Amino acid sequence: MTQTGPILAATGLGKRFGALVVLEDVDFTVGIGEAVGIVGPNGAGKTTLLNVLSGRYAPEAGRITFRGADVTALDVAARCRLGIARSHQIPRPFGGMTVFENLLVAAAAGAGARGRMAEQRVLETLALCGLLGLANRRGETLGLLDRKRLELARALATEPALLLLDEIGAGLTDGEARGLVEIIGAIRERGIAIVWIEHIVHVLVQVVGRLVCMDAGRVIADGEPAAVLRNAAVIDAYLGSATHAPAHG
Amino acid sequence: MSGVGDLGVERWTPRAAVFVAAALAVLGGLAFGPALFSAAITERLSALFIYVILAVMWNVLAGYGGLVSVGQQAFFGLGAYVAVRLSAAGISVYPALLLAALVVGGLALPIGEVMLRLSGGEFAIGMWVVAELAHLLVNLDPLVQGETGTSLIALDAFGAAARRADTYWAALAAMAFLLALVFLMLRGRLGTALQAIRDDDVAAASIGVRVLATKRVVFVLAAAGAALAGALWLATAITFQPHAYFSVQWTAYMIFMTLVGGLGTFEGPVLGAVLFFIVETAFGASGVWYLVGLGAAALGFALFAPRGVWGAFAARFSPRLLPLGYHVVLPAGLVPALGKKGEEQA
Ligand SMILES: Nc1ncnc2c1ncn2[C@@H]1O[C@H](COP(=O)(O)OP(=O)(O)O)[C@@H](O)[C@H]1O
Ligand SMILES: [Mg+2]
Repeated sequence: MTQTGPILAATGLGKRFGALVVLEDVDFTVGIGEAVGIVGPNGAGKTTLLNVLSGRYAPEAGRITFRGADVTALDVAARCRLGIARSHQIPRPFGGMTVFENLLVAAAAGAGARGRMAEQRVLETLALCGLLGLANRRGETLGLLDRKRLELARALATEPALLLLDEIGAGLTDGEARGLVEIIGAIRERGIAIVWIEHIVHVLVQVVGRLVCMDAGRVIADGEPAAVLRNAAVIDAYLGSATHAPAHG
Repeated sequence: MSGVGDLGVERWTPRAAVFVAAALAVLGGLAFGPALFSAAITERLSALFIYVILAVMWNVLAGYGGLVSVGQQAFFGLGAYVAVRLSAAGISVYPALLLAALVVGGLALPIGEVMLRLSGGEFAIGMWVVAELAHLLVNLDPLVQGETGTSLIALDAFGAAARRADTYWAALAAMAFLLALVFLMLRGRLGTALQAIRDDDVAAASIGVRVLATKRVVFVLAAAGAALAGALWLATAITFQPHAYFSVQWTAYMIFMTLVGGLGTFEGPVLGAVLFFIVETAFGASGVWYLVGLGAAALGFALFAPRGVWGAFAARFSPRLLPLGYHVVLPAGLVPALGKKGEEQA
């Protein structure tokens, strides 16, 4: 089956928490196998966008299609089984289960994998994400970096077509960040589309072909990374404050 | 990733095989109880089996489903009541006990439909309201005559010794069946989903687990289990006075046994039931101070040892007595202190 449209298309998304408008008229598309980065200041609504795309929160306005089908009314688990997986900015491991079991339940529930086949896929995913050595450790015993890797690995174990990543690289050393870029590169090679929220822009641009910048619940720039990073509105809203430009004091 | 091809994933270990065989042997040995034990011990052991059922079923609900209910006496009482009703309708008495559990499981379907819309504290309190309502409704039945109560008259047809033995076997069989059912459930795919829900239901949903449907299964199973316990208790006590069955004390026992033994583990509630049984036997089963002591102990465990006795032991020693989890057999070089770079050695 050849499909030419985007794998994910969201139009006119709006999301409020009480009086606080967190997303306003957001349009967002991801092509098949495409990798898109999302940047923006804290509180811009990046995580909320991921929550709405993954189905954790229902939007008040807008529509989301995945592989051409409307998924706006589907809950998070149903969207996952269709192929949208996500990691959490604050890791949520299954603390009482081993790392292997964390992935096994994802492979079973998210991808319908069974038996020896499921176990084998889980082992491969663990190896890809550098977690094989921790396979028998309970989730609650992991440190923050390993928990972030577990978030990635567990999402991957659901065999997604679209992977939504929320700040899995925060706090990594340069060497660890290189390892992560390698892993994400390998995931891309499998044809999995990726949406990656990350503050470390120089790491992000090694992977993504497109960059979106959000501010105050809106998309303020969307396009080729170098162009977005030169965009005056982006510099003003995000990069200016991030690099503490004197003009911005 | 060719390196992972030869890695094994273990479930059974020699130790688990020995432990399971020993547990089966104990259950098999207990089947000879009425021939071996005095009447008093036979009766006490019947009570123990019912406690195990109560603890295991509340643990399934709260420990795995994350559904903390303080109203499980609703199903305990309904189980006894339906058994009385079925027996009065002419169904022979021991099949009536089993049938009562199934009927109450069926009743739990629509109740769960409503209650599972509530969360956390609302669910807990809501279940208590359900128990009060069930109590009031049962009191309206002319057969029950309000708090006067009634009794399982059909049991009088049996001689005392035969009744004692039959009830013992019924309780033992019910306990063994439910333990086996929960064990198989936890070992299978539903089990990993339940553990995921136990640990973090938001994360469970995010990887595709049908959280609500799974909780529905758990709710109905826990209700049917509590009902079976109630029906069996009726067989040991014969008389049915609603307030004795719809008493919150039953749920207090369930909570005590599960918290002390270890919430969210298979072994914990069984151990908790045995500990409870010992405490009850030692201190006598009555008095306000006894209940206060139980409550204080449960609270103490919840605050200072939330894993319970078994949970703390298992977290420290990973005994793996039961083949419920998965163990990846890693080559020696790959079992790390820190686990960095695991993939390069694979
Ligand atoms: N569940 C929630 N309830 C209320 N407010 C929320 C919730 N989630 C996010 N917010 C608010 O929405 C805004 C955007 O948050 P978020 O999407 O997490 O931003 P980002 O990920 O870009 O830092 C913030 O002001 C945050 O406080
Ligand atoms: Mg965020």
